[in-house]
Amino acid sequence: MKTNESSGPPAVRVQNVYKAFGRRPQNIVQKLKDGATRDELKSQGTAAVIDASFEVPAGEIFVVMGLSGSGKSTLIRTLNGIQPPTAGSVELSGEDITAVSPARLRAIRREHTSMVFQHFALLPHRTVGQNAAYALEVRGVSRSERERRAEEALSMVGLSGYGGFRPDELSGGMRQRVGLARALAAETDLMLMDEAFSALDPLIRKEMQDQLLELQQELGKTIVFITHDLNEAMRLGNRIAMMRDGRIVQIGTTEEILNDPANDYVAQFVQDVDRTRVLTAGDVMEPPVALLGAEQGPRAAHRLMRQHQTTALCVVDKGRKLQGVVYESDAAEGVSSGKDTLDGLIRPMPATASTTVLAELINAASEHPAGLAVIDQAGRLDGVIPRITLLNALADPTATGSVHEISQEVGA
Amino acid sequence: MIRAQEETDSGIIPRLEIGNWLETGFNWINDTFGAFFDFVESLLLTLTDDWLGVFLNWPDALLMAVIFALIGWLVRDWKLGVLSLALMAFVITVDMWENAMDTLAMVLVAAFFALVIAIPVGILAAKSQRASQVVRPIMDLMQTMPAFVWLPLVLTLFGLNVTAGVVATFIFCLPPGARFTELGIRQVDSEVVEAGYAFGSTPRQILFRIQLPLAARTIMAGVGQVIMLALSMAVIAGFVGAGGLGGEVTRAITTVDIALGFESGLSVVMLAVFLDRVTAAISGGEGILPKLLRRRRKTAPKDEQTEGAKATAATTA
Repeated sequence: MKTNESSGPPAVRVQNVYKAFGRRPQNIVQKLKDGATRDELKSQGTAAVIDASFEVPAGEIFVVMGLSGSGKSTLIRTLNGIQPPTAGSVELSGEDITAVSPARLRAIRREHTSMVFQHFALLPHRTVGQNAAYALEVRGVSRSERERRAEEALSMVGLSGYGGFRPDELSGGMRQRVGLARALAAETDLMLMDEAFSALDPLIRKEMQDQLLELQQELGKTIVFITHDLNEAMRLGNRIAMMRDGRIVQIGTTEEILNDPANDYVAQFVQDVDRTRVLTAGDVMEPPVALLGAEQGPRAAHRLMRQHQTTALCVVDKGRKLQGVVYESDAAEGVSSGKDTLDGLIRPMPATASTTVLAELINAASEHPAGLAVIDQAGRLDGVIPRITLLNALADPTATGSVHEISQEVGA
Repeated sequence: MIRAQEETDSGIIPRLEIGNWLETGFNWINDTFGAFFDFVESLLLTLTDDWLGVFLNWPDALLMAVIFALIGWLVRDWKLGVLSLALMAFVITVDMWENAMDTLAMVLVAAFFALVIAIPVGILAAKSQRASQVVRPIMDLMQTMPAFVWLPLVLTLFGLNVTAGVVATFIFCLPPGARFTELGIRQVDSEVVEAGYAFGSTPRQILFRIQLPLAARTIMAGVGQVIMLALSMAVIAGFVGAGGLGGEVTRAITTVDIALGFESGLSVVMLAVFLDRVTAAISGGEGILPKLLRRRRKTAPKDEQTEGAKATAATTA
């Protein structure tokens, strides 16, 4: 999903942000700039975020991924000024929030940002509806209006009618839906999610991820999402920033990070990623080497195959809609029996959408020598995934020593 | 003076006349702000004796006991109502009712003023580390300085009457109110407070909509402590002529009247049990009154849609 490259400033622009805790945070930052390491400064305080810079265009899901203590939670809190950066600037839609008055900062938080928390952070003394309406209440929206919008947000997350309940009457997953509804009801363009799904069990977590992706497609919000789970990062993120010890060590798409990890640290993470569940058909597909028109005959098929040294061809109609596949043996038989059309020679071909993860393709690929086709919603051919490509995609780019190549000259 | 010099001769640390200095300072305060203390005296006297004391003693003792029982029933259940009635009946039967009401009036006035000061101080201490560091030693001083030291002080300021008792009680019972308030606010889940800030709440909104409601239970526990301490001090204040049950206890001590000692002492216990149960019940929020208030808020959205909502949640969950 490419974001619309609009002319305005990016939704978020972070430039050289440092955040240090301690007696003299400015000193720590100065020493970091002079080349001191995080460990050397431990006695003076904590350097939580070191020289972070990135931009998030509107409508993107930007994931910050790192282990605990890597500074990701502090980083996200600099984005709405809950933790003002010690140095550097944070711009939201072009406005530098590090340079504004406290009152203006509060106004920005009210109008432009919302946040979802790891442990939900609901107000236990209020009902679900009042929680969902909290942002509107702070903004001074009238009671009837905020009740209406809270109910709307609750129904978006599947909690319609739960407004009168108390948070402690709901399960963990439902509580986080309330947290999500509270952020949605605020109708801000930027949503900050701090380990929002980390406290949920795996099934509920996947469900919430799906729901978030759906909502994002519908509402087009800009989301900065923090997680320590690379699988989650890759499921959700358009782009991912990998953080370690306060620094961002790599920013890239899922594929870039999987196939070209910037350093050993990232590579180590990538090793544990289940690539079959992260990479999608769209990520690995190739353009077809050649296409056969449905109106062409076996002779043309045979010639095309020889020309491109392939044993199977995708058959499409004039609208590029996939019809099936023709194998070499069938084409040869058609030629020898003097057929003029492909009637009876076209075999079915497994086809999938570009968002399907590779794990779901492996079965079909094992049964069909021609591999899989990737089609769009109208059934038009987008690309193909030959078996070899699929195998390659599953392979870890880092070499291992457990496989050897053996070749022996047969004695002459 | 002579004793002081003797000790200075033998020690390395010079003898500082702290007691005398404080006394001088105290006398100066007494002389300079005499008008202020007179005002406080008349205010407290009016409140304690003329208003509250008269109000509590105005209806028949039995009627008042029934009113207390009703309060017990309202804040928790009928059991507390019955208990309250029994406690009050004991006080009536040992002929201590009037004294008990005098003490109660003192306790209520002292505790009220203590809370009016203590809760804002506690809030301030919770919000600012510096304030907390200043407040803490003052609270320690107020609480640990032996009560019998405060008594002559207030005695010289206000004279031998109920006001001295109220002020001594006020000083003694204030600290837990401030401490529990500070603790309660500091214990509020920081993520929840952060959420408040994240949605753009002002500090005032954070305090009144998040911190105070969530600290309410702890603050109420502090209120209970304040009242109990006030009661114990109000009895000691009998020594400075504050009257009430404390007056009876003092009389029992000076005349070695064991029977009177037991009767007045047990009346204090009855009063304490009643006050403790009622404040605990209020902070628990389990009573009929709070339940009625809550139900009204909750029913409207819940009843009409619950079934449908459960169905949709089941499909999405």
